[in-house]
Amino acid sequence: MYCAAQRESDGVVLALSGEWRVAALEAISAELKAVPLAGAQRLQVQAAGAQIDISAAWLLRDYLARAEAAGLRTSFSGAPPPALGLLDRTLAAHAPTGNEIAESGEWLDAAAAVEGLGRRTVRTWQLIESALEFVGRVTVAALRGGLQLRRWRLTSITRHVYDTGITAIPIVALIGFLISVILAYMGAQQLRKFGADIFVVDLVTVGVLRELGVLLTAIIVAGRSGSAFAAEIGAMRLNEEVDALQAIGVDPMEVLVLPRVMGLVIALPLLTVIADFVGLIGGGLLCHELLGMPLAQYVNRANEAIASTTFWVGVIKAPVFAVLIALAGTWCGMRVRGSSRDLGRLTTLAVVQAIFFVILADALFAVLFMKMNI
Amino acid sequence: MAAVVEVRGLVNRFGRQSVHQNVNLQVQEGEVFGIVGGSGSGKSVLLRSILGLQKPRAGTVLLAGRELGTLTPAELRHVKAEYGVTFQHGALFSSLTVLQNVQLPMIEYLHFDARWLDELAMLKLRLVGLEPEAAHKYPAQLSGGMIKRVALARALALDPRLLFLDEPTSGLDPISAAAFDELLLYLQGELNLTVVMITHDLDTIFRTCTRVGVLVEGRMICDTLEGIVQNTQPWIHAYFQGERARQRGTQHGT
Repeated sequence: MYCAAQRESDGVVLALSGEWRVAALEAISAELKAVPLAGAQRLQVQAAGAQIDISAAWLLRDYLARAEAAGLRTSFSGAPPPALGLLDRTLAAHAPTGNEIAESGEWLDAAAAVEGLGRRTVRTWQLIESALEFVGRVTVAALRGGLQLRRWRLTSITRHVYDTGITAIPIVALIGFLISVILAYMGAQQLRKFGADIFVVDLVTVGVLRELGVLLTAIIVAGRSGSAFAAEIGAMRLNEEVDALQAIGVDPMEVLVLPRVMGLVIALPLLTVIADFVGLIGGGLLCHELLGMPLAQYVNRANEAIASTTFWVGVIKAPVFAVLIALAGTWCGMRVRGSSRDLGRLTTLAVVQAIFFVILADALFAVLFMKMNI
Repeated sequence: MAAVVEVRGLVNRFGRQSVHQNVNLQVQEGEVFGIVGGSGSGKSVLLRSILGLQKPRAGTVLLAGRELGTLTPAELRHVKAEYGVTFQHGALFSSLTVLQNVQLPMIEYLHFDARWLDELAMLKLRLVGLEPEAAHKYPAQLSGGMIKRVALARALALDPRLLFLDEPTSGLDPISAAAFDELLLYLQGELNLTVVMITHDLDTIFRTCTRVGVLVEGRMICDTLEGIVQNTQPWIHAYFQGERARQRGTQHGT
């Protein structure tokens, strides 16, 4: 029981009692609604018996305002609850709250649709421009660094080689091994039909060295380090650390972006070599187990299958992929502003973009190498 | 009557660095209790221990006579609905608008319809002196002072009986800070709120606090405002009788 109504000659006396707390607001509202006001002209409230918090006072105020709108005269016998005074003073300066809450929910509107299309187009164009600007700034910072060794932040580069390279060795080696297992297994199954078992060696060695070693390493690194770059730099942006760097007069491109790009350019080719190496060993073991091929024969066949360029055709792609991954990661990180949701969105985007550009570049390389007859 | 907040023999240590050696404090209902201490003296750690965000090495924390460590998750949730907290840097949820930030505790604990949620949240924003235009902004679009106010509005969302405030007036201009003092006094006086507040603002301390606890050398020295000003401990003396405090004293004639 939060209130008790008593009928008098021409009005109602409402005695409030108990704890009018926000948690009980619905129950209080229900009780107030049940108070019979029909025929009454006065509403007198006794608030002394109740402890009323701010939210409950708001409810009471709302109730009294409705009663007045319905033609009743309202008054308090004894002191009005203190929270009501606070509300009156707070709300007095303004119009009722109800209208200020913006109407949300849009209907399909032709003009708005055209406007939206235009905005998206402009935004996309601005995005492309900002990407080009970013690449330009990084290039300028790299050229300016040029021959001055000090500006290359060797400590920082070393840290990134460690973070993106050394710590990735176990997972990259494992993937290199597994991919050669898959190739050998599939190849053995299919080629056995033609009695061309020996060509499994060609498939594994050329496949790993030319394509899969570097491509899968790049994808792993894009997932590991592309996201790390975006998140690190993004968190720094949220914390205004990037602004602080600029205010001190340090170019964020030089201290944040370039070391990451350089670190990855060093780390990714090395990782690729490891993936290739483990892949070749894995292929050998599988051929031995699956086809009963002596290891010496595997090595001989591999020597015949691999041209002098095969290894380099794979490894040469690694620095290019590294630049793409690092730029995608750092660019997304630098675009973070405002909220943690932005950080999550751009970290995701960094990985998606990095993988996309890596595969796109790989396709271009494939066409290029075919034209060059390598 | 049990104290609203009670800390007994609190010990906190990070590695070899000892923060709290033996902190005891009691806050009674209706008090405004100011926690004062030098930078790095462990004020925020004390608050985090009281809130249960940090498990102390030793000691107990009691809220309304119930020991925090012994409560079940359901009881703990109930206790948490009874107090409001503001953090030093606001800690607003950056992916929610100001209005949604204030509504979040209400949605979590109560089942109100959208109109009530909107109007009550608006009311709380008004109460802390924010214009309705701010309601649909995101925290990233707010100034430092506005963030403080939204944080207070969120702390007040469930009309708590107990408020924990971490440097509520730092970053506010003097006029807003004074308005904050008045709001606090009003809430404490009329609605019998209990407030535990970390602050460096001497004006706020002198205007609002009924008792003050000073963290010195890992211990807490609690006293009334009049008593603490007379304390002869060197740090406390320097704090309350220093140049800034004396200037304040001459201006206000205290």
